[in-house]
Amino acid sequence: MSAVVADVVAARVPERSWRSEARAVKIIWRRELIRFLGDRAQIMMALIQPLLFLFVLGSGLESLSAATTDGVDLKTFIFPGVVCMAVLFTALFRAASLVWDRELGFLREMLVAPVSRSSIIVGKCLGGATLAASQGVIVLALAALVDVPYDPVLILGVLGMMLLLAFTVTAFGVLVAVCIKQAQTFTSVMQMFLMPMFFVSGALYPVSGLPSWLGVLNRLDPLTYAVDPVRHLVFNHLEISESARRTLDPGVTWWGWDLPPLFEVGMVLLLGLAMMGVAIRQFSRTE
Amino acid sequence: MSRSTPPGIEVADLVKSYDEVDAVRGVSFTVPPGEVFGFLGPNGAGKSTTINMLCTLAKPTSGAARVSGFDVVSQRDDVRRHIGLVFQDPTLDGYLTAEQNLRFHAELYGIDPGVVPARMDQMLKMVDLADRRDKPVMTFSGGMRRRLEIARGLMHSPRVLFLDEPTIGLDPQTRSSIWRYIRALQETEGTTIFMTTHYMDEAEFCDRIAIMDRGEIVVLDTPEALKASVGADRVALGTADNDAALAALEDHFGIEATVAEGAVTFHVDSGEAFVPRVFAELDVAITSVAVSRPTLDDVFMRYTGTTIRDAETGGVADQNRAMMRALAGARR
Repeated sequence: MSAVVADVVAARVPERSWRSEARAVKIIWRRELIRFLGDRAQIMMALIQPLLFLFVLGSGLESLSAATTDGVDLKTFIFPGVVCMAVLFTALFRAASLVWDRELGFLREMLVAPVSRSSIIVGKCLGGATLAASQGVIVLALAALVDVPYDPVLILGVLGMMLLLAFTVTAFGVLVAVCIKQAQTFTSVMQMFLMPMFFVSGALYPVSGLPSWLGVLNRLDPLTYAVDPVRHLVFNHLEISESARRTLDPGVTWWGWDLPPLFEVGMVLLLGLAMMGVAIRQFSRTE
Repeated sequence: MSRSTPPGIEVADLVKSYDEVDAVRGVSFTVPPGEVFGFLGPNGAGKSTTINMLCTLAKPTSGAARVSGFDVVSQRDDVRRHIGLVFQDPTLDGYLTAEQNLRFHAELYGIDPGVVPARMDQMLKMVDLADRRDKPVMTFSGGMRRRLEIARGLMHSPRVLFLDEPTIGLDPQTRSSIWRYIRALQETEGTTIFMTTHYMDEAEFCDRIAIMDRGEIVVLDTPEALKASVGADRVALGTADNDAALAALEDHFGIEATVAEGAVTFHVDSGEAFVPRVFAELDVAITSVAVSRPTLDDVFMRYTGTTIRDAETGGVADQNRAMMRALAGARR
């Protein structure tokens, strides 16, 4: 045994600090990426629905909508909404990783480590956000197929918005995952939110002149405030008539007040931070 | 012990109650640094609750515990920095490779990146997994996973290592190699080891053993001293009618016997000399006889009133749970 004694490489665990918490966040974030990249089938699965909406629904309904879109292809119109959809779906289902970690025991490895509960939640939120945004990037890359130009301002703007939306939706998903401990229940709850949030948000239709009940629901749906700025960004770079612009990209209003896109961006960010905050509090209390 | 360290574990009057049920009722003991300490008891005796309090996963209702010199309540983070844990239920990420699992642990614990590769090599070699470091853990057998969990629990050189049933469900060969690591570890790093086990033959390897029953420590000593305390030989009779045999033993010899694992069992000072008398004086047909020197099984039986194997049948629920987890994993 004595030979081994001489060779022992002893490790030392430093006291908790901002640096050690940052490392913990980073490795939790990286694990999400490693897991996702190892699962190509899931990347493809997550793309199917956005592509169905964009190319099948978009092409199929084109003949019906042509009369009212002032020459703008329906696919072009719903493109911003479909980009948001890709982000939404991925983010919600990525948040399930927390539920799975609990179910398969891995969560315990994190819970007994000398790191704060906040770091675990922040790592999970950032990980899910990164993955959801990259899923959006794949859809964004198809822009040219629906006559949306590859303009640097547009790309960067949409990218930023996707990251933000991905973060907020993941934070929401993580919050649900903190409260719901069973994987099966989690999936059903997510299904319950997913489609209503998507359909009500105006991802597939302009949000002006809606029936009043739908108008109210639409203004309550957080996704509305992410879809709207993305649509503005895209429409700013389209060569279309002024009347088409007014009809198709009317902007969200509150009692007649046009919400500035930056205000909407701020709302989405605040909402995301608030949900992450509640998730951290809840997680620290129950785990 | 080469370095001067505080006691590995110090526990004073530790109590944990859940909704007025006392899971642990006033437990006290001290484990010196570098000791291999065995923690035995039937299911539901309060072992897991005690471990959870020691590794800061549960707050004591009252009493105090220090691990590696740090208080488990007021210095929770310091305790966590100095302990390693290997749970009974798996806590590895099957989708990551062995190396990625260890790397995750090293980052989470904030180990100096300069020592991580060397430490990782050493741990993987110790548990004979160096050649499988790049394979996803889901391709590993149960024994390999357990070995990897041990390697991971040791990545950050803990001063106290908690092992909850480290060898349960493993083949004898893996079990003995796990014991080899535990001994090597104790020698090379002076690690204090606190373990639970259901295997009495393994408990023999511990420096000292505590037996817990109904929330209390009923006895704590070295394996030798415990066996000596039982003193008498153990006689196990297979009979045609156990109830009649029990009554007859009581009537003729004043012996209070019990039925354990299907055999009428009792303790007498000199087993070999006693057996012929049983044949001569008992009216019940005897089908088999076994006389044995006291073992830890007898110690366990003496102090808890049950054999550890009988106690373990309550463990079927645990096995089912493990199976459900495995199924849940396969479903993904």
